Amino acid sequence: MARTGTGTESGAAATPAQEAGLRPAAAGTAAAGERPTAAPPAVPGPGSGRAGGAVAGTAAAGSPGAGAKGTGTNKTGPTKTGPTKTGPAKTGDGTRPRANLRLRFKRDRSLVLMALPAVLLLAVFAYLPMLGNVVAFQDYSPYVGIPDSPWVGLENFTRVLADADFWHAVRNTLVITAFQLVFFFPIPIALAMLLNSLVNPRLRSVIQAVVYLPHFFSWVLVVSVFQQIFGGAGLLNQSLRANGWPAVDIMTNPDTFLFLLTSQAVWKDAGWGIIVFLAALSAIDPAQYEAAAVDGAGRWKRMWHVTLPGLRSVIVLLLILRLGDSLTVGFEQMILQRDAVGAGASEVLDTFVYYTGVQNGDWSYAAAAGLIKGLVSLALILTANKIAHIFGESGVYSK
Amino acid sequence: MSILTSKTPVSARPGKPARPPRIKPERPVWDEEPGAGAKIGKVVVLAVVVLAVLGPLYTIVLTSISSQGTITRAGGLVLVPGEISFAAYQQILSGGVVTRAVLVSVGITATGTALSMLVSILCAYGLSRPGSFAHTPILFTLLITMFFSAGIIPAYLLVSGLGMINTYWALILPGCISVFNIIILRGFFMGIDRGILDSARIDGASEWRTLTQIVLPMSKAVTAVIALFYGVGYWNAFFNAILYINDSSMNPLQVVLRSYVLQGVSVPGQVDVGSGAAAGPALQMAVIVLAMVPILIVYPFVQKHFTKGVMIGAVKG
Repeated sequence: MARTGTGTESGAAATPAQEAGLRPAAAGTAAAGERPTAAPPAVPGPGSGRAGGAVAGTAAAGSPGAGAKGTGTNKTGPTKTGPTKTGPAKTGDGTRPRANLRLRFKRDRSLVLMALPAVLLLAVFAYLPMLGNVVAFQDYSPYVGIPDSPWVGLENFTRVLADADFWHAVRNTLVITAFQLVFFFPIPIALAMLLNSLVNPRLRSVIQAVVYLPHFFSWVLVVSVFQQIFGGAGLLNQSLRANGWPAVDIMTNPDTFLFLLTSQAVWKDAGWGIIVFLAALSAIDPAQYEAAAVDGAGRWKRMWHVTLPGLRSVIVLLLILRLGDSLTVGFEQMILQRDAVGAGASEVLDTFVYYTGVQNGDWSYAAAAGLIKGLVSLALILTANKIAHIFGESGVYSK
Repeated sequence: MSILTSKTPVSARPGKPARPPRIKPERPVWDEEPGAGAKIGKVVVLAVVVLAVLGPLYTIVLTSISSQGTITRAGGLVLVPGEISFAAYQQILSGGVVTRAVLVSVGITATGTALSMLVSILCAYGLSRPGSFAHTPILFTLLITMFFSAGIIPAYLLVSGLGMINTYWALILPGCISVFNIIILRGFFMGIDRGILDSARIDGASEWRTLTQIVLPMSKAVTAVIALFYGVGYWNAFFNAILYINDSSMNPLQVVLRSYVLQGVSVPGQVDVGSGAAAGPALQMAVIVLAMVPILIVYPFVQKHFTKGVMIGAVKG
């Protein structure tokens, strides 16, 4: 908060955690005084606004975020230590009078204006579709549109939950996630530790540059490269045949598809994954290693007692992100290889939604499946974060 | 003591610039030299990793520039350089589906990246001052979209409702901004010394002027990295195109790549192999290489910034 020295260190200003902003639950409590909507016309005008605490009380009665605002101010008000430069009058208990809203808007309107295009884009392309999920409760037909389509309540959801194909997709998704968690997740950690142990910095940065590269290739490109190497006419089979051995079927074999998927993901993204771990490794104080070595800890003991604990919070953070994302696996990868291995092995939740909705035109049904996925994902990430807090890690968003 | 002094002269070597402290050119004294087995193991693993990335790229590029005879002799992909021929590139770039797809992809990438950068930089700067008017509500508006996304179906219904099916806007606008990128930029902008910005304001500079003349010149590295992220995103976009574009003449390169390499559609011109045209594999490889080239060109310039921890702050929140 030291950076907020623009004279706005009101009680309503965000705390550092809220400033990092990753706590949806805190949306109600954060900065009630800052919202335009929290300043209803009923609130006394600027003149009486200087009455401080009393006004806070009035506002509390009149606006939904009220109770939260009260606690927010009391909690954060006294801790404000930032310099007051252009800040308008502050009342004794640190409560910011509402009159400031207008002044602050005047002062910050170019900042607000700058943020506006992004907000508008999100409003149209992120929030409007959220509302569009109402089709999940309808029997939607593109010919009559959303307003005129009949409402069917939860029928689509009951249909989805009774659908064996849906559960098959769920099962595939979870199996792939679990498999990749075991066989993909540790690879960047190991690679980062290996690279970090290289003494020559130049060699290290060259190797880093090489392993990051495939991250920037598209999935089409990655699958194409795999096709050229492991496909029926690919390099591997070409040399097998040249030596008189039978060709192996890798690209179109549903039984080994899980391995194929994972190796593609590793090829593309394992290198990229090491960035965060390398940063965490370089943040470990070398004195710790030195002290451990002086105390007689060998290479492996140092790795176990110094390196891994140093990586712990990053590992937890990435695990949380992965768990929250566990219903999302390689959508483009699946679409690209569906023709080759068939829907049985490659159907995941996202492809299920896509094929039932966009391809087969069962819009409402697919939207219901998609909505279930979105809500479960949201619940997953919130739960995973809670678990992280229980284990004393900061998680995605901090308290 | 003698061991210490014998180990340290590297940093004192003349002509060698002082390195940042975390990069140690020499093994620290307390660290025992690894055994021969460990060293060999390390080298082997790293060599395999590097080969796994570069090997396939090598053979694909080589095949794309090999003559038909060389490809036939190799039986497919070429590992040993033979006769070089650029016939494949001449063929696919002299008009036709691939040429048009390249132009479409270049156009979308250029327009999209410019638009994305404009909107993202403005938004990141607008949000770089916690406590400013409506700062927190706007920030939450952005962040919520990282936790809950509407899904494919409503997105498709929206784009089709807006009449954007079969327009290039459908490939640009829905994914125009990435909240993640904005947060990275914002984090960087917030790290800029307040004193500089305050003195600009005291001198009468507006926010716009502060942004364009002070903040942006100070943020070249992070802007380059974010531009690369956006550019790569547009260049690689594939699903958007199959979702929103039905007109095959508007397909971007990734979709064309899929139909030629993964779906086995013949590359145009492949039929008249006998008349001195490039061989099928060379054509396929050439399309793959085309999809790769822009990334290979831009990558070296931007790559060095990755390690500077540009995105680390954002990842850690």
